[in-house]
Amino acid sequence: MKLKQLEGYLGEVASFKDPKIQLEQYPTTAHLASRVLYTAETAYGDISDKAVVDLGCGCGMLSIAAAMMGASSVVGIDIDSDALAAAQDNMGALEVEDTVELVRADLCHRPADSDALELNQQQFSGMRQKFDTAVLNPPFGTKPGNKGIDVLFLQAACLMARDAVYSLHKSSTREHLIKKVQSWGYECEVLAELKFDIPMMYKFHKKKTVDVQVDLLRIVLRGAS
Amino acid sequence: MRLITHNMLKCHVKNCKNPDKQFPLQFKDVKLEQIEAERNDEFLVRMLPRLDWSALLKTTKELGIVIPEKVPANPADDDEFLQALHTAILEMHVKEGSMICNGCGHEYKITKGIPNMLLAEHEI
Repeated sequence: MKLKQLEGYLGEVASFKDPKIQLEQYPTTAHLASRVLYTAETAYGDISDKAVVDLGCGCGMLSIAAAMMGASSVVGIDIDSDALAAAQDNMGALEVEDTVELVRADLCHRPADSDALELNQQQFSGMRQKFDTAVLNPPFGTKPGNKGIDVLFLQAACLMARDAVYSLHKSSTREHLIKKVQSWGYECEVLAELKFDIPMMYKFHKKKTVDVQVDLLRIVLRGAS
Repeated sequence: MRLITHNMLKCHVKNCKNPDKQFPLQFKDVKLEQIEAERNDEFLVRMLPRLDWSALLKTTKELGIVIPEKVPANPADDDEFLQALHTAILEMHVKEGSMICNGCGHEYKITKGIPNMLLAEHEI
């Protein structure tokens, strides 16, 4: 499939009807999703015939894009039932129900005696190393109480996948994230700098659209111990 | 939800620690639907070592889906085996029902094909 064609199809993916700010529900655009999955497949062969997991799948944009680029099996995971219902509608509309399925789960939790979020390791203990590739556009952790959630999502992705992780992050957090990934023993590179155009969707947004500079990170797990 | 994914789900209620009972989760009152999918032999063979075969066997028996008791020596050359595996793990979708933990009895509901693995605060 050509990039333009993929982006065109993904234009049909409907976004959040009633986005929840606490979950940092910003839609992944067709523009972004098509570039992430097209690159992962054409440059690295990480999608076609692979088992793919999408963490914080929201309305299913990256999951659907993975299916369209030839993934054999895709699992989208999200905490929010409204987002998952929207994802399911989109899977039907884009005819990928034979490839994509959804699970409602919480990757992180806050222990009663702590302010900091932690990985909910028990929740996905059975999913460790069960996928080839992970794709994600995680919450950036900019809302109060969500600090560090981007790193936790990335860590969960590294635990579930065997070969590679593709993840979108604020460019301003690049050095911090690369250091984290290296501390886990993996190689990490910035594949592209992209613009994440966030439309005016929450009341606190003053401008019509805001462009946020994001990095597409690729983490290589293959051959890592 | 398909069985390839059910094969990865364990009970994660706090203090539910018996590995023989928290997995596999036992289906209850399920509505199954078969959705045809393209068979990919290379993919199936690659996924085989990642599956917990005894758990898959137990679950398929409960659901009345037939797969061979044992993985053949050369699965890649066994058309019949691959077809049964493909149907069982990638085509059969559990649309409604629930999954029960044999250890603590927790019930995970499946609604419109989506299993809900969230727990209440005191169960984490």
